Amino acid sequence: MDFFLSRYRHLTVLLIVIAAQLVLIAYQVKTSNDIPLIRVWAVTAVTPVEQTLEFVRRYTWGFVEDYFVLLNVRGENEKLRRDNGELKIENNYLKSELSTADRARALSVFQARSPSKTVAARVIGNGTGANSRVVFVDRGSTSGVEAGMAVITPDGIVGKVVDAYPTSSLVMLITDPTFAAGVVSQKNGVHGTLKGLGHAECLVDYVQNEEHVDAGEWFYTSGDDRIFPKGFPVGQVTAAPNGKTFKEIYVSPSGMQGGVEEVLIVLQGVHQEVPGAEIASPAYNILAPPAAPAQTPEGAPAPGTLATDADRLRAIYKDVGVEQKHTYGEGAPGTKPPDFTKLPSLHGVAQPPGAPPVASKAPPNPSASAPAVAKPKAVPSSSPAVSEDHADGAASARKPAAPTFPMRPRPPAPASTAPVTNPAPANPVPANR
Amino acid sequence: MTEYTERLLTDAPRKGAADRFKLIWLVIVPMIAVLSQVYVPRFIPFLAYLELPLLITVHFALSRGGPIPALFYGMFIGLVQDSLSHQPIGMYGIVKTLVGYFAAQVSMRFDVQNPVVTFILGFFFYFFHQFFYWVLSRALLGETLGFDAQQTLVFGLLNAAVALPLFRLLDRLRVAS
Repeated sequence: MDFFLSRYRHLTVLLIVIAAQLVLIAYQVKTSNDIPLIRVWAVTAVTPVEQTLEFVRRYTWGFVEDYFVLLNVRGENEKLRRDNGELKIENNYLKSELSTADRARALSVFQARSPSKTVAARVIGNGTGANSRVVFVDRGSTSGVEAGMAVITPDGIVGKVVDAYPTSSLVMLITDPTFAAGVVSQKNGVHGTLKGLGHAECLVDYVQNEEHVDAGEWFYTSGDDRIFPKGFPVGQVTAAPNGKTFKEIYVSPSGMQGGVEEVLIVLQGVHQEVPGAEIASPAYNILAPPAAPAQTPEGAPAPGTLATDADRLRAIYKDVGVEQKHTYGEGAPGTKPPDFTKLPSLHGVAQPPGAPPVASKAPPNPSASAPAVAKPKAVPSSSPAVSEDHADGAASARKPAAPTFPMRPRPPAPASTAPVTNPAPANPVPANR
Repeated sequence: MTEYTERLLTDAPRKGAADRFKLIWLVIVPMIAVLSQVYVPRFIPFLAYLELPLLITVHFALSRGGPIPALFYGMFIGLVQDSLSHQPIGMYGIVKTLVGYFAAQVSMRFDVQNPVVTFILGFFFYFFHQFFYWVLSRALLGETLGFDAQQTLVFGLLNAAVALPLFRLLDRLRVAS
């Protein structure tokens, strides 16, 4: 063993170091945890230098550049040139200031107008890696920034925070190949997933070929990803050819036109409407809820329950039990069952809410035009749980009654939809699909 | 075997036994390399493909001679790079560990002072670095990134071209003990 270690010492150390790093990667991938210590050390060592460089560059670069320009133009008319140069310096400086002020003002106006709570940040550096598209911004956890927050500009989304350090944060741009976000098209409301491609354009994936997306159409965030609030612009479609299974929709990100300098980090996002969206006609009409009856007839299902034939039959059996003082579920086998030959009319017991009231205690009228349900076999086949075992009424009565389902609260009818006053909307029929 | 080829194989490599870097440069130089990789591409995006940390690793490995210091140095630089990316820590670490180790092994057999050898090594290790990183990304992280061999070859040549003056500059930082 000693011979092996001394003979292959270099190789052994190499393997140990590689294995240690493999374990490190495996731990991070398996647990989705980071190694904050190493990252914090490195970022803390690098970002202050970056911030200093950026600060120096911003305040000195223009002057240095102009100095070299002036050196080159000194010539015959030195004085005039110098005056001209000074004016240029001043002009450039003022233009630069104006541009910066405009950008800052636009950002602050957007920040004040946006319902989301945001914090302004400045890009101070890029991340490493040729394929990755990540940048560092000068706001960190001390400013309330956390991993997973959205990063935007007034023009559109920029990326999301992947790591937050005390004084800086790492932002993955939307052009990164591993980036994804939920988006929706403006015109037709087509949902898709925005993916980075590693270059200037992005791809909207998982949109069926049958969907209609035009070049020039805008995409907005859909809010599905729980990172970007709904309604932020994403970009304009440059091309949308059909693919093998899904459309290949290429989008030019609007938030990154002309580079990214100042951004807003969304601390608390608020969903907004997609501006100018054409709401497609609903696939089906939702009927208006029926008017609540003044008084619920005895034996009728309470409002909010389905008034099916099974419910009505159950109510009939219940009435028979009450009249004959029989409690269902009690009594040993072989005891006398209720007399089911004295069943009242089905229509005389329960009516759906909103229907013309019919007294539930009204005597059965065999001559009535409505079909009587004096025998269980007359029950429509839509209630199989009750219609079984026609020969033995008692056995049929002991079967569990048809369950009643609480009615899902209906949303208010859209303004564009004329209210429909159907007296018995037990089952809204899908229409216009 | 000609005299030239014999010298290529037997002469003292770039590492001179007496040459040593000052310790401070061992820390400052890679930090500058990483910082430039982080900061400079903001203004000149094309320079994002300049792998200065890799070239520093290769130069150190060729200069120091010992595989063990070289692999640890590569690991250190790689981990710093990993820390500034959004990938799991260790990806660049592994790749640069291997680069440091193999570069040190090569330095024991070739005259790495020769500009042609330096150019070839710079090109080879850039391609090795990019390819192995791509393999690790697919194998360990399951990423489906593409590998553009043609582009990598071109950038390998550019990095190798940068390596020549850079190695000369770094040689000046060495001090004789």
